[in-house]
Amino acid sequence: MRQDHLITATQLSRDDIEAVLDRAREIAADPAAFTDRHADTVLALCFFEPSTRTKMSFDTAAKRLGANTIDMGTVESSSVTKGESLADTVRVIEGYADAIVLRHPSEGAATLAAEFVDVPVINAGDGAGQHPSQTLLDLYTVRENHGLDGLTVGIMGDLKYGRTVHSLAAALTNFEVNQHFISPESLKLPRSVRFDLHEAGAQLREHTDLEDVLPELDVLYVTRIQKERFPDENEYHRVAGQYRIDAETLAAAREELTVMHPLPRVDEIAADVDASGHARYFEQAHNGVPVRMALLDTLLQGAQ
Amino acid sequence: MSDHELRVSKIRDGTVIDHVEGGQALNVLAILGIDGSEGLGVSIGMNVPSDRLGRKDVVKVEGRELSSSEVDVLSLIAPEATINIIREFEVVEKNRVVRPEQVAGVLSCPNRNCITNAGEPVETEFAVVGNGVRCGYCSTIIRDDLADHIDV
Repeated sequence: MRQDHLITATQLSRDDIEAVLDRAREIAADPAAFTDRHADTVLALCFFEPSTRTKMSFDTAAKRLGANTIDMGTVESSSVTKGESLADTVRVIEGYADAIVLRHPSEGAATLAAEFVDVPVINAGDGAGQHPSQTLLDLYTVRENHGLDGLTVGIMGDLKYGRTVHSLAAALTNFEVNQHFISPESLKLPRSVRFDLHEAGAQLREHTDLEDVLPELDVLYVTRIQKERFPDENEYHRVAGQYRIDAETLAAAREELTVMHPLPRVDEIAADVDASGHARYFEQAHNGVPVRMALLDTLLQGAQ
Repeated sequence: MSDHELRVSKIRDGTVIDHVEGGQALNVLAILGIDGSEGLGVSIGMNVPSDRLGRKDVVKVEGRELSSSEVDVLSLIAPEATINIIREFEVVEKNRVVRPEQVAGVLSCPNRNCITNAGEPVETEFAVVGNGVRCGYCSTIIRDDLADHIDV
């Protein structure tokens, strides 16, 4: 990887992505070989928003590389409540750690943090912006199941505010992938993401109905539509109901269809999909550890 | 004597920003950070008839020659503007504004959730893309009504 930080998926080339995924595959095949690779290294986990999977998998990844982690704790228990700026917080933490994993509710937070510190910053989600480490594990999951070229991928749900969607769509432009975007009108991709896709030469195919495109898909990436995105609760229930899938919905899909979800899911994927043979979302979550080990290994090596 | 010279007198030394889109003169001064407190003589002609633009604004700043890096940012709201450097009542240099690649500290990001709106110690930075600008932090693209986002 050419960069010192991982801020956005748009910075990743095909070579960058493949290098991390190749390393992740090596790690998954023989985790013991990487056990002490980053002993004496400290990774700071700075989560200004709640997180389960991302935080725990970075924590696990660091420890499996022999590194230690320090955790800022919740915002309520930190000096952020005293009004400290993010710029100051990361400059202080830079003195304690060899790399910073940052999740923050504001878009652009990781970009700002990277300007103020010399240690690698990994964007673990910035508001409705980007979530590039999730994308790497998403791509790893796709690659393990289908390879990464010659695919038709459908991305469904909250495309406007979904940071995992924004990162995944950008990264997929590095591969021969037909992307279909399925969402309610009010939650279509934002202008900035559309701009990047156009710049990358990708064709935008947008749908409001999954059934229009489901039979063509190799991968269906489902995201949660959140209640707070709608001014009216009835409208939310009406719209969200159209983007839920169950085993019956998937009867129209190809047998090899892979269903993915960044999790947590609420009810957008019915429990009967779990046993359908299409479901890969738990495998996807588990892939977070080897992929984040590979990412940390790459960035920490670059920083040394 | 042209129409705008009837309304706004000639200056001896300084800069005349001509062919500004009608109604944008005050935004031009805002972008340049000129508010009168620096003691410069400033004259403004607004909605002056123009062959090229129909109506145009003219801004004259006495006693200061504006550099191209200072004025190129004006291209965002006044792409047709010309910059005339005046010495001893004569135009000694005449330039069109050129679109810059980057604009720092002039615009505020309209995305309320952008980190630049969170009281952090940073200037905004926008890349000039296509027919708009893009926030260097949150990637929000502004295409229309750029003048509404001037923050100087």
